Amino acid sequence: MAMSRDEIFQEVREVLVDALGVDDDEITSEAALMGDLGAESIDFLDIVFRLEKAFGIKIQREELFPAESLMNNPELVNNGKFTETGLAELRDKIPHTDLTAFENDPDINKLGDLFTVDAVVNYVDNKLNAV
Amino acid sequence: MRDAYRARQYAYAVRSTQHDKMRWIWIDKFVEFRSGERAVAVKNVTLAEEHLQDHFPGFGVMPESLMIEAMAQTSGILVGEAKNFEEKVILAKIKKAVFFDYVRPGDTLKVAAKIESIAPEAASTSGRITCGEKLIAEIDLMFSHIDRNLAGKEFPEENFVFTDMFKSLLRGTVF
Repeated sequence: MAMSRDEIFQEVREVLVDALGVDDDEITSEAALMGDLGAESIDFLDIVFRLEKAFGIKIQREELFPAESLMNNPELVNNGKFTETGLAELRDKIPHTDLTAFENDPDINKLGDLFTVDAVVNYVDNKLNAV
Repeated sequence: MRDAYRARQYAYAVRSTQHDKMRWIWIDKFVEFRSGERAVAVKNVTLAEEHLQDHFPGFGVMPESLMIEAMAQTSGILVGEAKNFEEKVILAKIKKAVFFDYVRPGDTLKVAAKIESIAPEAASTSGRITCGEKLIAEIDLMFSHIDRNLAGKEFPEENFVFTDMFKSLLRGTVF
């Protein structure tokens, strides 16, 4: 049975509360997992495992949170910023994130800001609808 | 990143004190081992463990941190064995650790661990410690396969996590 976006959000919220030890009300659509909710690298794997269970889907970590493989490629990142090719790659690889603000200042240190609660909901939504 | 870093520092500290002298093993033997699924180890708590004299004087209680270590060893070996001990399996996150009762000298603990998820980079486990019928603790952990997670950072070639000391625990067990 198809899940509504709101139902997906509620489930994602529960996953994030458990994985990150934060309060319900801290989980807003705009909250960034790292900047606002304090997620660290191992937490991303924890979140992936929990999402798989909660929604009965299979997730490749690089699909939801690609970072390392992109950042080490000099064609995609130059002087700490994503190149045009890099941005195109991001648009292709992480269509679930909102790149509008990031495109003005594609600093790799700000990449973490893209992974918001909304991005996770988008990802799950796409994944469930594609099935 | 902080937790993973701390876990690594901790692992290094533990392993470096292990050579020859210190025996940092908080489980005695496995009584059940289902590859990639579930393992149960036994830990007999004895007054001969020196720290119980101080924790606490006149009322020895197994420290909860050591129960986490016992679970980390049971779960860690289960996770390591699932990949033929080829990965360096490091405790990266304590997802949950809830304690319900004291553990006293003379108690026999069952440390039961289950793999919840396993991926090339990591594994997540759930676990329960019981003493007879009594639930002592629920401890859920995450392990990192560190060679696959540190963005090019290199670790020693040899598997310093699964030394012979740990493997001998499995060798001694017949299922």
